[in-house]
Amino acid sequence: MAPILELRSLVKHFPGHQAVREISLSIPQGSFFSLLGPSGCGKTTTLRLIAGFEEPTSGDVLLNGEIVNQRKPYERNVSTVFQNYALFPHLTARGNVEFGLKRHRAADIDRRVREALELVGLTGKESRRPAQLSGGERQRVALARSLVLQPDVLLLDEPLAALDPKLRKQMRIELKAMQRRAGITFLLVTHDQQEALSMSDQLAVMNQGLVEQVGTPEDIYLRPRTRFVAGFLGAVNWIGSAGIRPECVRLLRAPDPAPARCFPGAVSGTVFLGDCVQVIVRLAGGEDVIAQLPRHDANFQPGDAVHFTWNPADEMNLP
Amino acid sequence: MKLRTWFLLPAWLCMAVLFAAPFLIVLSYSFLTRGSFGGIALPWDFENYQRLFDPLYLTILGRSFVMAIAATALCLVLAFPAALFISRAPRHKNLYLQLVMLPFWTSFLVRTYAWIFLLRDTGLFNTALQALGIIHHPLPLLYNDGAVLLGLVYGYLPFMVLPIYATLERLDPALVEAAADLGARPLTTVFRVVAPLSRPGIVAGSILVFIPCLGAYLTPDLLGGGRTVLVGNLVQNQFTTARDWPFGAAVSIALMAIVTVLLVLFLRHESEPLA
Repeated sequence: MAPILELRSLVKHFPGHQAVREISLSIPQGSFFSLLGPSGCGKTTTLRLIAGFEEPTSGDVLLNGEIVNQRKPYERNVSTVFQNYALFPHLTARGNVEFGLKRHRAADIDRRVREALELVGLTGKESRRPAQLSGGERQRVALARSLVLQPDVLLLDEPLAALDPKLRKQMRIELKAMQRRAGITFLLVTHDQQEALSMSDQLAVMNQGLVEQVGTPEDIYLRPRTRFVAGFLGAVNWIGSAGIRPECVRLLRAPDPAPARCFPGAVSGTVFLGDCVQVIVRLAGGEDVIAQLPRHDANFQPGDAVHFTWNPADEMNLP
Repeated sequence: MKLRTWFLLPAWLCMAVLFAAPFLIVLSYSFLTRGSFGGIALPWDFENYQRLFDPLYLTILGRSFVMAIAATALCLVLAFPAALFISRAPRHKNLYLQLVMLPFWTSFLVRTYAWIFLLRDTGLFNTALQALGIIHHPLPLLYNDGAVLLGLVYGYLPFMVLPIYATLERLDPALVEAAADLGARPLTTVFRVVAPLSRPGIVAGSILVFIPCLGAYLTPDLLGGGRTVLVGNLVQNQFTTARDWPFGAAVSIALMAIVTVLLVLFLRHESEPLA
């Protein structure tokens, strides 16, 4: 499908700091796309360039095939869900959702506000002010406020970071469902790899102002192209140029017949995680590696001699 | 006694000696009668308060309210953009704030006299305009209501700028971005988001400007040239030239009562749940 949003060699320098060194991305209409990276990687700056809060040093932002670099935020058909929601404290939930529609002199405001609040499950709380709403409800108002405008792209800046862990997991599922129902392109910025993996159709991993890799969650998790990507998405054991995720490791009591992929070592400790157990193994070479095993396979004691091995198909080969 | 009580003692003493005692004296004077040679005499009665309903005095009171309201409104119109500018300035914020407070470095009296030198027939403005050939006769800039209003706005403007600045400074910049993001142009953002959220500052500033303007006597005296009599001048005249202390006391008490009632009503309305 044609990209609804395209970034072409986008660069943003601040005095003494290159926030975005150069990124090019193409985001298909109707998809859920994530920018994933550690803090300071330039993902939020990228989002702000798309929203129009910052002007690019060079490069272009294209919305629907049109260059929008010079357009002010109020002239771009994108909308942002801010990290702390930035709800207007003097307006009710309804007042917040209406705000954008009134600015656009939209028709049928009442119906559209009602539908938007229904979509996010806030019916009955229309006349509450942000201070009278819970964190989760505030986020729903922020979503409704943006979704009601039917933006070309909805920009979400760490939208789940302010929620407690349980609610965060629930909102991941809901966000994804809302995106499908609304049919709007979502661009999510996050540093949480689980969030990005669980919701995105595609994601871009950013590091130091550059995109390291773009792909589907599975692609990026299983076939990372750099050690940074491999390490940012989850723990990795590095044996030479081979990277093995802890959940792909097998620990054997006796050596494996294929000597190339079998390393002897001794168990130095275990960490009980409830649904699984992490076994820390010190290899004969001195390095520590981690194996994550189902609870019933993990009756290892510190000091046990083991052989560390894995299936060649699970190996990530990165020099 | 607890340490806390000791710490509060100086403040209580100050209030008792400098506020409560004079207030009680003025209150009691207001019920007495003017002595034959000034001063106070018996009997106690309400005559001074009855005199307040004389149309002459009601007019003065009315004019004072109009003047104070106009000065407050003008201050607000001038102060809000200034405070907004300072709060959004990327640098030199402290310099701008110092400039706002700069007038306080000189006496209010001196500053008001300075306006006389600027506004009089042979003052700076008239001389300059005549020299440029824009006017041929001096404009009547001084000794009228306009000059008094100018003096009041000039004198009390900082009291409006500072509280508004304080609330704007605390305003989350993301709210301004959110408004723009939702399609609001800058002016709409100011009226729909920034102004409503700086309401506490606007209220505080308005009170700080309105009350002293209502009781002002120096500015109308100097810049109004005695032609613009406001309630402050009325009180002053009773205690000086007219030598009618009891009536002056009654005017003061009445003014204070009106302001207190208005303020209580206003603040009660303001404190209704907002955010």
